[in-house]
Amino acid sequence: MERPAPQVVPPDLRRALALVLAAGWAMCVGAAQPVYQALPPGIFKTVLPPDGKQGLASVKAFSLRVLPVTNAEFAAFTQKSPEWRPSQVPVVFADGQYLNHWPASGKPGQDQFAQPVTNVSWFAAQAYCESEGARLPTWHEWEFAAAADERRFDARADPAWRERILSWYSRKSGPLPRVGASAKNIYGVQDLHAVVWEWVHDTGALMVSGDSRNQGDPDTLQFCGAGALSANDRENYPVLMRIAMLSSLTAAGTTRNLGFRCARDLNLGKQNKGNKK
Amino acid sequence: MKRSQFIRLALLAPACLAGQFSAHAAPPALPGSSVYQLKVPLLDQDAHKTRWDDAPAGPRIVSMFYSNCEFVCPMLFEAIKNVEAALPPESRHHLRVGLISLDPQRDSPAALKKTASQRSVDETRWRLYRADATDVRKLAATLGIQYRRLASGEFNHSTALILLDAQGRIVARTEKISSIDPAFINEVKKLTAGG
Repeated sequence: MERPAPQVVPPDLRRALALVLAAGWAMCVGAAQPVYQALPPGIFKTVLPPDGKQGLASVKAFSLRVLPVTNAEFAAFTQKSPEWRPSQVPVVFADGQYLNHWPASGKPGQDQFAQPVTNVSWFAAQAYCESEGARLPTWHEWEFAAAADERRFDARADPAWRERILSWYSRKSGPLPRVGASAKNIYGVQDLHAVVWEWVHDTGALMVSGDSRNQGDPDTLQFCGAGALSANDRENYPVLMRIAMLSSLTAAGTTRNLGFRCARDLNLGKQNKGNKK
Repeated sequence: MKRSQFIRLALLAPACLAGQFSAHAAPPALPGSSVYQLKVPLLDQDAHKTRWDDAPAGPRIVSMFYSNCEFVCPMLFEAIKNVEAALPPESRHHLRVGLISLDPQRDSPAALKKTASQRSVDETRWRLYRADATDVRKLAATLGIQYRRLASGEFNHSTALILLDAQGRIVARTEKISSIDPAFINEVKKLTAGG
């Protein structure tokens, strides 16, 4: 078969080339197939106990994205779902800062491709996850996965672990790192700390009672059932800071350090699509 | 126009069948701040299938509750009835009320029906709704209501009366439900006057 002359590339071939390039680029930045990691069920000490007292939460087996969603991946999503482009999204789902770190073209710059997407609202994150047949992880799922370090399933009692995470929070904010630069934790999940804050499915459940916020005015009966729960483990500042930050946002809110990853229910024996060991 | 809409629907249908309900394309008339931008299916207390975004032609007060709640939730019903009572009768019939359950596991249409009659609300204007769990989370997020399910089966939730105009814009909001909030009632009066 004859090779086409270098300058005259037939449209078909051009299209094919574009596809190959796009695929190559996608693989290069890890956007090809999102990788989910199966996590076992577990019972663990949580800062937000479901019974308000004992401090234990249980999670069922689930799978979690190994990496946060990147700008490149989110851009591909907005290509398929124009209603989530910054120019189209209703203000009820995303505030004015939505994706405003992208250039005016409405697409991320090349240097942003492999960085975690930020400036996304809860609604946008949830919609993205649905496009992967997934959802946002619940707070307990996230907390369970993030309790681990490289060697231990629960490293949280270790002052060195806390120190390491706190040092991230006190670091000056520079450009975001690429996803996947940190070591895998014992489950095989990366970047749970020290990269971005992450949305959780039940962000609207993270009601942490302040000292007076919900208790002063007897006319303001905000809470039904038991009183607002108090965060349980006051020494666990890194996690409490995360909760405080998330609970301060509305679901349409965005910030430049807040991204997300997705999770899936794990129906053992039924389907393990997308789960890699 | 009609034709292109038909084609769009035809294209969308397989996606819907596949269960990939992508909820957010909106007709152009709806303001960006409208809570009806959220497209979710609901069941009401008569087990009628309806939609959150299939809004009434006029204003309505919306909130979220659950039937097994013993304390604040009954007060929520009374608070809305107090607002209604403060309206002139000719305005009252313009006002709709929509209450969404936080507890889809237990609040079946039958349970909602029971609550509606126990609280003796005017069911010609009041609808109690059940939505799927993920949609409940989305509705709460849209309305700025926080909740979490406790191990006991109770819900810890914030309570607010939210006044929507016909377009679904939030016109007023109050978290005072143990007493009358005059500012909120004023807004309801303005919105229902003259119809």
